[in-house]
Amino acid sequence: MTSLTPIIVLTVFVAIFGVGIVVVSALLGPKKNWTKAKKIPYESGLPGQERKETKIPVKFYLTAILFIVFDIEVVFMYPWALTYTDAGLGGYIFGAMAVFVGLFIFGLIWEIKSKALEWD
Amino acid sequence: MGSDVFEISINFVKMVAIFLLMVNLVPMLVWVERRGSAFIQNRFGPNRVGPLGLIQLAADAIKFLFKEEFIPPKGNKALFLIAPIIALIPGAIAFCSIPLSVPIEISAFEMFGSQWGPYVFPFQSFEIGIGIVFVLGVSSLGAYSMLLAGFGSANKYSLYGALRASAQMISYELAMGLAIVGILIVYGTFDFAEMIAAQQGPLSIPLFEADHVVNKVLGILPNWGVFYQPVGFILLFVSVFAETNRLPFDLPEAESELVAGYHTEYGGIKMNMFYIGEYGHMMVASALIAVFYFGGYSLGTTLDTILVEGTIVPNMSALFASLLNLFGSGWEQSTNLINVVRAFVFHGIFMAKILLFLWIFVWVRWTLPRFRYDQLMDLGWKTMLPWALANTILTAFLMLFLR
Repeated sequence: MTSLTPIIVLTVFVAIFGVGIVVVSALLGPKKNWTKAKKIPYESGLPGQERKETKIPVKFYLTAILFIVFDIEVVFMYPWALTYTDAGLGGYIFGAMAVFVGLFIFGLIWEIKSKALEWD
Repeated sequence: MGSDVFEISINFVKMVAIFLLMVNLVPMLVWVERRGSAFIQNRFGPNRVGPLGLIQLAADAIKFLFKEEFIPPKGNKALFLIAPIIALIPGAIAFCSIPLSVPIEISAFEMFGSQWGPYVFPFQSFEIGIGIVFVLGVSSLGAYSMLLAGFGSANKYSLYGALRASAQMISYELAMGLAIVGILIVYGTFDFAEMIAAQQGPLSIPLFEADHVVNKVLGILPNWGVFYQPVGFILLFVSVFAETNRLPFDLPEAESELVAGYHTEYGGIKMNMFYIGEYGHMMVASALIAVFYFGGYSLGTTLDTILVEGTIVPNMSALFASLLNLFGSGWEQSTNLINVVRAFVFHGIFMAKILLFLWIFVWVRWTLPRFRYDQLMDLGWKTMLPWALANTILTAFLMLFLR
């Protein structure tokens, strides 16, 4: 009985709820033979040309990589913010984070200058 | 979950009840959305089925259940089926970890010939000390359901919708995470209940006088976070629109470009489950905004004391006791009954605040046009992120002198 128990119980409950809905809907719905046209992916009325290995623009990978770097920096700020007033370190705790935020801003400017965030 | 049978069963019932509250609010919100959009666009909206079209919700739900199941033959069947189920989970867990009212204190009582209690039931499914961090972590898992839906559908519209959704969600998570840092500095806690407790009392603005700080009390205004963090409030409010994929940031399902985005191939109840997830995220976002910036389940100390504690709670518990007496005597206005009634009254206040913010979600959706994708990313990375950083540093700088 840890504090995780209710979370696990709730997750299982919601998952069972979701599976139940899907199964009930599958049982209740009509079953028809699908025509050939129904089996192809929806392409706004044009003949389907979809292959499995769709090419993904590299911008999305870049956004994900940048997100990881910046999100870790943001996560570092949470314990800092939590202990900010209680730590009793005066200006030092502010100065330390000012250096860190300086690096953060430097990274952001560099990222914008190198056109990593341009979508065209 | 508890120490004895009574506590465990109450906690389980509470957990299920809060989840069902969330799920059952969704059709109501769909109704509000349709009627609200009709109101804004000078139309009638659904008004035929039942009074004001309220039965339309039940009709819709039944219709969705009886739809034919479609699984794209070229897609990945497992991913396709698991995505809507995953969509339900993050919103539900995040919503259940937010305290929706004051804890219910039950003093010891006798039942079935044995002694029970005393208990304290928090008005949330589970107490977790790291409140915000947990909610942020869990609710960002919502991107998985969209990604899996997109990959499982084998449809280019779905895939692009899924990619856009995940890129947008992770980009705005930065601005959202940074906007919260300011409020964390002010309150110095991760716990929601402690935050709400910190917003009690009248608003007192610290002012500089000669060499020390004086707290100037400002009359009737409540001590809400929005007065300390106005910029943080605006940043959080804008970024939750992007996090929940709502207009003006609903690029993942931009129907003029992507048909229906990541749920193009879904139909019937499975598509509806994505909506339950989306509305669940909106409820979580509204609850977070209410807790951080608008006092959570409290109306401010003055109103709480006079209106809620002084008038509503005693009258309602008296009414409730007399109602119970109709079915069998022996019920009186005990402390336990008053505590339960008080918890539900505060719960009503909190739900009113959540519904107000949900209405703003609907209002914005039918008022503002959609952004372009590059504009959306520019706003997130080049505008909101620097503003959030500036807000954090300014708050930290001011808190150096005002602690």
